[in-house]
Amino acid sequence: MLSQFLQFMFSGVTIGATYALAALGFTLIYNASNVINFAQGEFIMLGGMLTVFFLKSGLPMPAAIVLAIAVPAVVGILLEKLAIEPAKGADTVSLIIITIGASLVLRGIVQIWRGKGPAVFPAFSGNEPIIIGGAALAPQSLWVIGTSGVIVLALWLFFNRTVAGKAILATSVDPLAAQLAGINTQWVLLVSFALSAAVGAIGGILLTPITMTSYDVGIMLGLKGFVAAVVGGLGAGHGAVAGGLLVGIIEALTAGYISSAYKDAAPFLLIFVVLFFMPRGMFGAKKTERV
Amino acid sequence: MRRPHPGLLVLGAILLVLPLLLPNAFYFDIVNRMAINAIVVLGLNLLIGFAGQISLGHAGFFGIGAYASAILPTHYGWPPVAAMGAGAAGAALLASVIAPPIFRLSGHYLAMATLGLGVVISIVLKNETAFTGGPDGMPVPPLSLFGLEIFGERQWYGLFAPVLLFSVWACQNLIDSPFGRALRALHGSEVASQVVGVDVARYKVAVFVLSAFIASIMGSLTAHYVGFVTPNVADFLHSIELVTMVVVGGMASVYGSVVGAVLLTALPQALATFEGWETVVFGAVLMLSMIFMPKGLVPTLAARLGKGR
Repeated sequence: MLSQFLQFMFSGVTIGATYALAALGFTLIYNASNVINFAQGEFIMLGGMLTVFFLKSGLPMPAAIVLAIAVPAVVGILLEKLAIEPAKGADTVSLIIITIGASLVLRGIVQIWRGKGPAVFPAFSGNEPIIIGGAALAPQSLWVIGTSGVIVLALWLFFNRTVAGKAILATSVDPLAAQLAGINTQWVLLVSFALSAAVGAIGGILLTPITMTSYDVGIMLGLKGFVAAVVGGLGAGHGAVAGGLLVGIIEALTAGYISSAYKDAAPFLLIFVVLFFMPRGMFGAKKTERV
Repeated sequence: MRRPHPGLLVLGAILLVLPLLLPNAFYFDIVNRMAINAIVVLGLNLLIGFAGQISLGHAGFFGIGAYASAILPTHYGWPPVAAMGAGAAGAALLASVIAPPIFRLSGHYLAMATLGLGVVISIVLKNETAFTGGPDGMPVPPLSLFGLEIFGERQWYGLFAPVLLFSVWACQNLIDSPFGRALRALHGSEVASQVVGVDVARYKVAVFVLSAFIASIMGSLTAHYVGFVTPNVADFLHSIELVTMVVVGGMASVYGSVVGAVLLTALPQALATFEGWETVVFGAVLMLSMIFMPKGLVPTLAARLGKGR
């Protein structure tokens, strides 16, 4: 009974950590530019697919991983430079359509290049499960949870302890004032898109040995990352992490106790419950509109 | 002041002449699909363009209508028209129940909530295999009106064309009515319209329910027309397609809705020659049209022509 619950929690926290990374990606871009980047899921997909590709072309694992993070980061920068920047000042809906267009382009290219089949690479440190309280924990889960923890900590340090990070925060609060204070807001946008893509890609790489990857995994992973970001409260970093874990755990518990067919519906039902009681998510900033 | 609508006459003339120009059933089929999309998009544009409220889950309502017309006659022996009415009533009811809490939200939160609604509906359709046939879908019996069975692309054109014309006419009248003025005021500023006595919440709910109702009716007709439904009609990508048609054609533009639906229905057909690159090109077209014409095709062209005059 308890061991079963523990088992569900393990898988929930593992997948939840990936959602948290995706949600952080949404948050980074949202704070810098007020754009919800519907191509976020494609960065997750690119991370996994590129690692598989670089491994197959004979690179050692560390090099493959570094490249699979760097390439999406460049893609993120290109997305900002070529698509978001020229459309500055457009409606929310128009910006959403642009990022959806970008996600179709990325997904389409990968589908043509790598085909529709699933792709996978072996777990980082074997498949021998660790037994805790009668529940099995795969070593790869530890990698997912541990790395996500390190990234969250690193981002926190970056935003709270470095000038560059504080410049980004300042820009998210008031772009014009930040510009007047001498912050290069253009640079802030590029860094945010690159960071967001890299964080998403890392999530995709970590998750691939557990769930496999394919050209279309980005749709659901991206949407659930968006759910996590909204549940936590758009723009709040700690909210994104809490939202990600909550979405992951609820999904795993639904799959375990209710119906695995409806596990994908659970996050979207959760969104109604949360937004009904907390219209700005769990940690969303209170905002009063001025007339 | 009552504006004359020359556009309506032009559209009517086009719809009248079109059957003489279309060479075969294949082209009739494409035009029928354009008309279906145009009508759904007209309703959605009332919500997005005029009331300024985004919905990323409208395919869900389309799916409710489609499956009502598939399930009720097949499993329970309902007559198709009754099934269509039940589906539309169900979609409208669902919309009116969830609208009040949803419309307390704004911006991206609203986008998320409507997206969630659509995703949940499509997951239910995929999983309730006993009723819906699961991911493989299910056949839909033919539609008969006044004892006559509608059969073949040409006869369906005879149904869709007048319905499209009526929808455009109805939309224009709605926009010129006090209801439409209230909607536009809402888009401009919610607080300001509240101050002058517009019941903001009620109008938002009303237009959401109306657009859901239209989507459901068209879902039913499409199901009968195609003769088969799959859960894809309700999925996220279909919702996105509909929103894209609104935005590419032009938000808050009646003819923009029609043009957007026509172009984006034709696009995949035109892209079929690209073999495998359809998704990439479709995505690129979306991005480019939004970057260079953020207001949409029809308003952008209208502004250009206005300047030249």
